[in-house]
Amino acid sequence: MDVNDVPQDPKDFKEGDKLHKLVYATDKDGKYVGVNSAGWEAENVAMKQAWDAVESDLLETKLKVISGELSPIAFFMQNCLMDIALVAKYVGKWQWQVRRHMKPEVFARLDNAVLNVYAQTFNISKEELINFGKQDQVST
Amino acid sequence: MNNIHFTHKQHAHCESGVTSNLLGYKGLKISEPLAFGIGSGIFFGHLPFLKIGGTPGTTFRTWPGAIFKRVTAALNIRVHTEKFKSPEKAMQALDAALEKGYPVGMLSSVYYLPYLPEAFRFHFNAHNLVIYGKENGHYLVSDPVMEHATTISAEDLAKARFAKGTPEPNGFMYYIEELSKEPDIKTAIEKGIKKTAWYMLSPPVPWFGNNGIYTLAKKLREYPKKLTPRQASLYLGNIIRMQEEIGTGGAGFRYLYAAFLQEAGELLKREELQEFSRELTAIGDQWRNFAYSAARIMKARQTDVISYDQLSDLLINCADKEKDFFKRIRKLNWLA
Repeated sequence: MDVNDVPQDPKDFKEGDKLHKLVYATDKDGKYVGVNSAGWEAENVAMKQAWDAVESDLLETKLKVISGELSPIAFFMQNCLMDIALVAKYVGKWQWQVRRHMKPEVFARLDNAVLNVYAQTFNISKEELINFGKQDQVST
Repeated sequence: MNNIHFTHKQHAHCESGVTSNLLGYKGLKISEPLAFGIGSGIFFGHLPFLKIGGTPGTTFRTWPGAIFKRVTAALNIRVHTEKFKSPEKAMQALDAALEKGYPVGMLSSVYYLPYLPEAFRFHFNAHNLVIYGKENGHYLVSDPVMEHATTISAEDLAKARFAKGTPEPNGFMYYIEELSKEPDIKTAIEKGIKKTAWYMLSPPVPWFGNNGIYTLAKKLREYPKKLTPRQASLYLGNIIRMQEEIGTGGAGFRYLYAAFLQEAGELLKREELQEFSRELTAIGDQWRNFAYSAARIMKARQTDVISYDQLSDLLINCADKEKDFFKRIRKLNWLA
């Protein structure tokens, strides 16, 4: 790749334009030099798609929490870009246990110690965890 | 605390960047491409059965920690490496090393590095950075992918060092204790090239090295038949991101490796390495063409078989050329 062909397509989402990564390209004598790049369209499209998928999944899950199909754990898991396997590792439970805790009726019976571990994992307070979706439920 | 006068320099890839910066601090000038080449940083792997974040794992690099380990071993450098059971012990050991005046390299998860733009912060656990001091409870960070040095809180750093998932850093840290008197860079380059060719050509399984590229090409053909359009699109996106996101230097490390071959050619005064460098640059351009075509298919939400077949053909072309490339580079006569 020629230094003049180093793409400078801005990443205009999620502060992506704050970082101009270094790439290697050849100058007019064919010598490799490091050049800063704002981003490349192909890469930006792929990255944007990954984030859009996260956000659409998140919205879907939020509605399921509000309608009482899933517990807030399902929402905050996705909000932290985690999957069940990863959450299980962080909270020190089996995957089937985490899956159970996603059922609202099981979630309602969890004791404080377990709720605190989940809240810590998601970097939120226990109250935020318990109350998520409740306000919306009243208003809808 | 000792003052460590660490010079931060931005690089393309985190681990070769950290290695180059740590060696530079000790007074040994090894450019990033040299560190990458001596450390045999380029590799390929496609594991259809190992899903990371819901998509099959694809990698364009060797496993974390390998570059630093290989470069320091090849140059006969005494290093200290350590893993930990608890964040407390890991942070204490870091403080102790800083106290003794060592800038310390370590593995981290980008998800827990608040100084990186959010766009990049997925659960990627094999990111390397250097901590070179502590001020008012904050650590001074030299992260090679960043343009400038920055800082991080102790709490965030501990989280990043003990992230869970695949792989788990377990607080892994490393620093250079002592350089050897006369590091033999030429022999190190030769060994690095041989090792790279071996890793690309020899794994007798379909998932690694050059074989892995063919496996990915085969799988690509199946995407429109076996996956939902959304899945196919996400799988494709993941390949592009692995190939082009920060840390690859573009084209899945091909340009970075070509830069290494060029510098190696100059140091060893061997014209054929320059020729290999030019050849790999051209192959890198083809990889970019593949990424560009993949992004176009993804964006247009095309799910027809023909588009994926064409994409697969582009990949096979890259694989064929590289197979030939590494076969010839492996046969280089080094006694000359």
